[in-house]
Amino acid sequence: MTETTGQGASAPAPTHGRDSGASRDGLVLRVVSPLMRLVEIPMLGLQRLLGINRLAWVFLLPNLVLFGLFAFLPVILNIAYATTGGDNVLLADRPYVGARNFVTLTDCASYLDPNSCREDKFWRAVWNTTWFVTLQVGIMVGFSLLTAIVLNREIRARGFFRAVFFFPVLLSPVVVALIWKWILQREGVLNAFLDWTGIGGYNWLVDADWAFGWSVFLSVWAHMGFYTLILLAGLQAIPRDVYEAATMDRASPWRVFRRITLPLLSPTMLVVLVLALIKGVQTFDEVYAFTGGGPGTATTFIIQYIYEEGFAGAPRLFGLAAAASLMVAGVLVVLTLVQLWLNRRSADG
Amino acid sequence: MSRTLAFLTATRGGARLHWTDWASYGYLFLGVFLMFFPVVWLVLSSFKTEADLQRYPPTFLPYQQQTITLDGYADPLPLFEITGGEHEGKILAQLRRVGLRAQMVDPADPETRLTIDIGDRVPVERFTLATENYSDLFGRFNFLLYFWNSTFITVTATLIMLLTNSMAAFALSKYQFRGRTVVLLLVIGTLMIPQTVVLVPLFLIVTELGMFNSLWGVIIPGAATPTGVFLLRQYMLTIPDEILDAARMDKASEWKIYWRIILPLSAPAIAVLAILAIMWRWNDFLWPLIVLTQSENFTLQLALNSFQGELQTQWSALLAMTVLTLLPIAMVFMFLQKYIATGIASTGGK
Repeated sequence: MTETTGQGASAPAPTHGRDSGASRDGLVLRVVSPLMRLVEIPMLGLQRLLGINRLAWVFLLPNLVLFGLFAFLPVILNIAYATTGGDNVLLADRPYVGARNFVTLTDCASYLDPNSCREDKFWRAVWNTTWFVTLQVGIMVGFSLLTAIVLNREIRARGFFRAVFFFPVLLSPVVVALIWKWILQREGVLNAFLDWTGIGGYNWLVDADWAFGWSVFLSVWAHMGFYTLILLAGLQAIPRDVYEAATMDRASPWRVFRRITLPLLSPTMLVVLVLALIKGVQTFDEVYAFTGGGPGTATTFIIQYIYEEGFAGAPRLFGLAAAASLMVAGVLVVLTLVQLWLNRRSADG
Repeated sequence: MSRTLAFLTATRGGARLHWTDWASYGYLFLGVFLMFFPVVWLVLSSFKTEADLQRYPPTFLPYQQQTITLDGYADPLPLFEITGGEHEGKILAQLRRVGLRAQMVDPADPETRLTIDIGDRVPVERFTLATENYSDLFGRFNFLLYFWNSTFITVTATLIMLLTNSMAAFALSKYQFRGRTVVLLLVIGTLMIPQTVVLVPLFLIVTELGMFNSLWGVIIPGAATPTGVFLLRQYMLTIPDEILDAARMDKASEWKIYWRIILPLSAPAIAVLAILAIMWRWNDFLWPLIVLTQSENFTLQLALNSFQGELQTQWSALLAMTVLTLLPIAMVFMFLQKYIATGIASTGGK
């Protein structure tokens, strides 16, 4: 199966200049093309057998198998888990319990008071998540909008500033959590600074309210660059002449913002809002690595509840975890449908 | 300094700065501080010794107490500057501390032992990078194993995803077949089911396939993301069909059209998807946390998370490991910033 893929590949790899790129491509080709040629043999047979248009299914097959096994089948099985009890993972060994898992989860004297609920941890997680999402999305979209507006002005080194606000998006959640844990610890740099100014330090992550507040902060810090980027693109899509006309009419900057920028940006704002909500509801990684859900249950969110019921605790209550998952899935499906609808609307108009 | 100031304060129109310009730059520099300082602080701290990390208030740069090796003493001795008493101004090496007094010797005269009040001495310190934090990772902490696990998962999952997604995108963009709309709707459907809400059944499937506690249990389910199919399909739709027809005239097989024509022509979109996939898999946490329960299978993210529990006091190793975990992504970002930004903006992140 030897093959000539041009001189770049067969010649010894040049070490500098433009040639190195070509030889890298050549190297890739040299590895890939024998494989691809090998696949071509059965594919050609299938093409003769099925005809060109039905061959599409062969191209789709690997992806459909993956989606089927790891995306669709789980949805159906999730329902099966939610309606069965016990701590066995094998469905055949799980007794059918009907809606009992849902009843357990929703058995509350008052939904506003988690202590009155049978599964009080679930409701704590629900309320924590609700508060977290409200605060986080509100603050984050607000700051993203402010940052996007500032970046959209005629400023120097815009690329640099944009990159600065964006780079935390790429950091892994565990790294983000550790960075801030290191800064916020009792003998950390923030407390040293506060002691120096005379305000006095504090053991932030031991206090329930502060741990929650810092979780919101950390999450905003890590993700706002992403939304800033989308909002900036939205701002740049607003035609310049609209602003020029406003300047001609001597409209005040505030009026320009309220009457031109905000209305024209609102489709983008909506998309950003819904996206942020979808991700906010699923918050787990960074907060779990940051506080572990504590102190107590102060920063335990809904995904952590699912994780702990289903995987971390003993007995493993797969049924409860699956029932809670279905409830989250319901919220997410609604939000995603709204998102798709918004996308289509903004694409049409 | 004044040139920087002049550069920054000049506007494009050449006019004087309005107060809103000052406010903008103020905001941006505050942002630079808030976004950069935590990472800078992490990197600086990772070069401090465990003793230096315990210091409160902390110093900005890493410092280490100087030591000296003297004839007749096996261990290096810590150096102190004497600030009071009869030996004031001298630099002495400490042998041991006894209560409130310290036994010290003059390095120039190692035979004579001196007794000094501990209040009269300050350690001699110099800026030193504690590189042993990093070298220790390779010896004591199995860092290479976790690094390999992370790399293997990232590379394999990205390759599988690129291959399957590009094949599916090719079929969905270049063929007219019955059921195409249904498949497209199904793909949109997967968009609504993030991994986080199907953890339990996914766990069963992965266990049944024998992939529990195996790296493949993270790789294979990770490849089932619809984002790539969308991204690549949108791009392939812009490739004119005439090119395909011409290739078919020349009796090229469909597979050959896929990998000799469509793949090379979609290279920009594939590059964007590859960067995104590398980022997702490298940073993955929840699903690996469920599937990989034995420490020899841990990814870097899992190792970091478990170490912060175990090594509550070992910040030096933990910080160095955090820096090394962040490094590959930081490099990717530095070189490919533009692609990442456009890629993320066009796909809606994940």
